[in-house]
Amino acid sequence: MKLRFSRSQLCIPYALFLALFVVLPLVIVFYFALTDKSGNFSLANFSRFFFDPALISTMIVSMAIGAAATIICLLLGYPVAYILARSGWHRKNVLLLLLVMPMWINFVLRINALKEFMQLIGILGKYNFLNTVLGMVYDFLPFMILPLYTTLIKIDKSLLEASADLGATPSTTFLSVTLPLSTPGILSGITMVFMPTMTVYVISDALGLGHVVILGKQIEHYFGSGDNWNMGSTIALVLLLVIFASTFLSNRFKDEESEEKGRALW
Amino acid sequence: MTENAEKIIEMINVTREYFDTVAVENMNLYIRKGEFVTLLGPSGCGKTTTLRMIAGFEMPTSGKIFLNGKDITHLPPYLRPVNTVFQRYALFPHMNVFDNIAYGLRQKRVAVTYRDEKGREFTRLEKLSHDEIAKKVEKALKMVELEGFERRAIHTLSGGQQQRVAIARAIVNEPQILLLDEPLGALDLKMRKEMQFELKQMHRKLGITFIYVTHDQEEALTMSDTVVVMNDGVIQQIGTPEDIYNQPKNVFVANFIGESNIFSGTMVGKLKVKFAGATFDCVDDFPKNEKVDVVVRPEDIILTEEGEGQLSGKVIDSIFKGIHYEMTVIAGKTEILVQSTQEWPVGSFVGIKVDPENIHIMKKEFYENKFDGYITKRNTVVFGDGEYECDVTQLYPGSTLDDDGYLVLEGGERIDLTDNDVKVTVGLKDIDLADGEEGGGAVGEIISCIYKGDHYQVIVRTRENEEDYVVDTDYLWNEGDIVSVSIDKSKIKMKLKEEAKGKK
Repeated sequence: MKLRFSRSQLCIPYALFLALFVVLPLVIVFYFALTDKSGNFSLANFSRFFFDPALISTMIVSMAIGAAATIICLLLGYPVAYILARSGWHRKNVLLLLLVMPMWINFVLRINALKEFMQLIGILGKYNFLNTVLGMVYDFLPFMILPLYTTLIKIDKSLLEASADLGATPSTTFLSVTLPLSTPGILSGITMVFMPTMTVYVISDALGLGHVVILGKQIEHYFGSGDNWNMGSTIALVLLLVIFASTFLSNRFKDEESEEKGRALW
Repeated sequence: MTENAEKIIEMINVTREYFDTVAVENMNLYIRKGEFVTLLGPSGCGKTTTLRMIAGFEMPTSGKIFLNGKDITHLPPYLRPVNTVFQRYALFPHMNVFDNIAYGLRQKRVAVTYRDEKGREFTRLEKLSHDEIAKKVEKALKMVELEGFERRAIHTLSGGQQQRVAIARAIVNEPQILLLDEPLGALDLKMRKEMQFELKQMHRKLGITFIYVTHDQEEALTMSDTVVVMNDGVIQQIGTPEDIYNQPKNVFVANFIGESNIFSGTMVGKLKVKFAGATFDCVDDFPKNEKVDVVVRPEDIILTEEGEGQLSGKVIDSIFKGIHYEMTVIAGKTEILVQSTQEWPVGSFVGIKVDPENIHIMKKEFYENKFDGYITKRNTVVFGDGEYECDVTQLYPGSTLDDDGYLVLEGGERIDLTDNDVKVTVGLKDIDLADGEEGGGAVGEIISCIYKGDHYQVIVRTRENEEDYVVDTDYLWNEGDIVSVSIDKSKIKMKLKEEAKGKK
């Protein structure tokens, strides 16, 4: 007998995968977040989260680090992406590759190398917050450059010519054509950098020497030595909500800014 | 167009080169104020590059461009009083119709004169007011018949509407020159006809200079005051549409504009030319025995009863085309395209008549191929990006080749010709073409194929150094085909540039 699959049958493996590795873990996280240690329904974890000064300050530190790293990445990445996209240089792919290649080297290795370097120049341990931000920037810069570059390279060059043709100086052209048309890339870049910077405690541990605590670290603590899965799940859930909220916001922004559909990249 | 109107644009010896190609070569052109000028030619002929140099998007490699007598060669585009309608419109997708059209007005600064308390006059550069901008945009939208579209987003507009917005965005700035880069290329036929008419009207109404780029000869002929026909970066002919059509200057123009019969002919006497096996009276004076190209428009060929006229032939094909019949008549070996309102049935024998004033004679462009080459090894020669076997004994009368392949002169002297420069000539009919890259000396692309009555004249251009081979062949080749060139050993004629260096 010949084996035949309908289209809906073909998606069974994916549905199973999703159920097992996405839906089920989420349900478990929800369960732990909404129960106390003895398994009874409780919102105590949430109230504790929002009234525990340590946790709230962690949240603020995380967001501050994330925001600082994101802004620096944007300020550094935009000119790079712009120059790469605009230059007629035909070997620019090589340059782009060099900029993106660090992404493919194990980041623990890179961060430890950076740590050694900071030790060498004598700033390790002196400026824990700053060092952490520097590490984040170092690690996530390619994630900013790449979406910016892809958006910038897609901007029709004739639009820039049209702007100049209509009497706009190069700086006006940048502000009223290039910049608005690259907002999808900016938003993608921000999302790509801001979200992970709130949780990668490997960087804050290594470069902040444990003095900088971010939300990811707290989650690790509660699931590990703290032995409080309920609290750990609660923090994870709060983080998830923050991410949802920011994605939602940036998507709304995107729709208003660019009427053209299908420009979102990530 | 008034003949003595002043020149608004003047290009002097303008050349534009890219890495390895010349897009525009030593161009000299002026355009009069208020004219509708069309740059016409096949793709890659340099017409768009010319337009882009006038707009300021590209700078000439050498030469100068003047606007109203002022050198603007290196002026950036935003300082030039010209506006462009782009091929694919280039409307800003993140702005609505109003903002697109207002874009240029918002950049504008006008000098306003004030008088201060002490009565002194001073001028200040000011932006246009909101009201002024709104008024101008409204007027421009009215001009392109898009009233009420102000708030529409660009992506909600049809191609034709976007085209109109693009035109409005350009003319709202009241430029001295409007540049149009194949603006109707993306529209369907009906829409295109309509827009042609409207653009022509707009030109009349605005009274500014239009420079229009197209590859569509019909568009060029219907719209322009002056047509500039370009090919290969070089101007072929400048003239009114009537001139260009009725008096084509060369075979390229004749072939590109309208349909033509192009024959190879010879002058056989004063005002007498022989082609297609018969002698015709003509009005163009060329020296006797000169080889010429003869162009006759299909509608200028008169078919009569057999036995009348200068030629006789047989109708082998007839197609009804609405206003006329298009018939192919074969006379001897020559195929002739005829357009007539009267049909002669396929198979009928006819007489062929052409009036002397309808025979256009032009100097033959190619008699033979000439190359600079050099001898490699003992009996091969390199020229035109290819290496060919050749017969070196022709360089020295009476010489022979010995067993080792050395050239032995009449007197017994042995010489090595390696690296000697030679001038090579090859006849048009002596070159063979084959499909693909294998099996020949040079490899190139067919850049032109023109039917000449009983054969095709093909130009092959090599990729490496852009050497051209002109080939007369019985076979039709398509432009863009990649072919390899081979030449029989005996057909390569060589001459030493100087006395052989390697004598020994």
